[in-house]
Amino acid sequence: MEALFAITLGVLTSSGVYLLMRARIYPVVMGLTLISYAVNLFLFGMGRLGTGVPAVIGKSSEYGDPLPQALVLTAIVIGFAMTAFVVVLSLRALGELSTDHVDGEEPR
Amino acid sequence: MNHGVILPILLPLFAGSLLLILSRLSMTGKRWISMCSTLALLPLSVWLLLQADTGVLHVYALGNWQAPFGIVLVLDRLAALMLVVTAVLATFAALYAIRGDDERGPNFHALLQFQLLGINGAFLTGDLFNLFVFFEILLIASYSLLVYGGGPKRVKAGMHYVVLNLVASSLFLIGVGTLYGLLGTLNMADLAVKIAAADVERQPLIAAAGYLLLIVFGLKGAILPLYFWLPSAYASATAPVAALFAIMTKVGLYAVIRVFTLMFGSEAGGLAHLVDELLWPLAMLTLAVGAAGALAMRSLERVIGYLVIVSVGTLLAGVAIATPESLAAALFYLVHSTWVCGGLFLLADVVARQRGELRGRLREGPRLLQPLLLGSLFFMAAISVAGLPPFSGFLGKLMLLRSAQTGEQMLVLWPVVLIAGLVMVIALGRAGSTLFWRSAPESAADAESDWVRILVVIGLLAFSPLLVVAAQPVQEYMQATAQQLLNLQPYLQIVRGGEA
Repeated sequence: MEALFAITLGVLTSSGVYLLMRARIYPVVMGLTLISYAVNLFLFGMGRLGTGVPAVIGKSSEYGDPLPQALVLTAIVIGFAMTAFVVVLSLRALGELSTDHVDGEEPR
Repeated sequence: MNHGVILPILLPLFAGSLLLILSRLSMTGKRWISMCSTLALLPLSVWLLLQADTGVLHVYALGNWQAPFGIVLVLDRLAALMLVVTAVLATFAALYAIRGDDERGPNFHALLQFQLLGINGAFLTGDLFNLFVFFEILLIASYSLLVYGGGPKRVKAGMHYVVLNLVASSLFLIGVGTLYGLLGTLNMADLAVKIAAADVERQPLIAAAGYLLLIVFGLKGAILPLYFWLPSAYASATAPVAALFAIMTKVGLYAVIRVFTLMFGSEAGGLAHLVDELLWPLAMLTLAVGAAGALAMRSLERVIGYLVIVSVGTLLAGVAIATPESLAAALFYLVHSTWVCGGLFLLADVVARQRGELRGRLREGPRLLQPLLLGSLFFMAAISVAGLPPFSGFLGKLMLLRSAQTGEQMLVLWPVVLIAGLVMVIALGRAGSTLFWRSAPESAADAESDWVRILVVIGLLAFSPLLVVAAQPVQEYMQATAQQLLNLQPYLQIVRGGEA
């Protein structure tokens, strides 16, 4: 499971970075979203992967760590707000600069 | 527990929320609420400074959940100092804004309060994840403030700023996640204890997380390879926003000082002084590039933007030397450069308003309405920021130069700082002579003159001579702050039970 998890994170991050480098607003937003998915999964994995582990102490000898879940929740909320902001800003940029390049002008 | 510690966070939070709820209120009402909150932060932070100056660490456990299980706020001398610096800067920025800049959109004051909430929170928190949250609060407020007023220039600069900071936030989370996964805690004092006791085979991963955090703080603080967003962002922001942003790079530097003296400081065993070696060349290069950039720029706002980068480099040099003397010098320089650069951004706006179409571009333009007064103010601020006597920049630089310990450090630090100073004098001299002397006989038709704005600029710039007059108590406080930062035992006591 660890290997699958790690590969997923790697694929998400590298796709995100690739899209980010496209320097067009829509791919950039998609890239940022993929990276933040990868980061959220990463945070989640920091509580160690396991199945059938209750998040309550005393029910079994092993218990899940609830803190990463709380962190991920915070990170998701913040990431979502930030993505919304970028989308609004890019619409504004499209209106003001009439290009979807992040530099505000078409590359020569 | 001293409940005053959380007030610098609660006050702007409530003021900002109130402003959002009452968004249909008239502009006068909004200004009253915003100014009351901003002005109240001043005595509050001074009071906290006096509390912190007793040398006791004030630990505030939120919800009374003791560290390391709950989130704590920690008020030490450094945090209190940063609060005062922010409160003073914010007061003048807000006073400047209420002369008309806040009318370009409906929610300037709410954003200003949330910005202050984020900044104050970042200074007070003792928890790494909480630091991330406060960073995000100050960032989302700053995104909106940066593009406040609209226009293609702002949107373009804002886009870079937002995307870069979103990537940095992801890196921050990866760093924090790695530290949590390895050490099982997020409280900074607890992290310091755990890092000191970490296994040798885990140390490289912990170091990697540390370097990730350095990249994040480096982007916020505009350290060398990560500063390219700053000049255009600051130059295109509305003047009071640009002035307020003078503290934003310092938030990044504050985080560098906090994390790398506490978590990776002298007590960190194999990871002690993780980044000190790295910070030194970065500081020198940032200084050199900042000075060169100031010389190359063709508009006043951009020149000042590069001056901010020079101040970052100078400060970082003090942090990299990492002796009590150098840290004290760096902190003195931090206070000086924040206020003077803020003042310069406001002054640049006053000047730009009298130059018609040209604004801050450094070309021969119309005559200013008060060339003598504005010229003298610019002259004074320029001398101060370049580090010539008799103003505060000189004292800060002198202390920094004297704190260089080894011959090698002196050999690098002295020429770099002094030549950068000379280059800044040339850049500012060129800017000043173009703006104030090489002017047409008539003034621009749409020139605006507002005495209140000029008084605000004078007020903020007056802190530079004031810092010189009060140099002795200020310097004593900085010395005590540096001593407190480098003596980690009281911090480590936070997690070993009770208030230290």
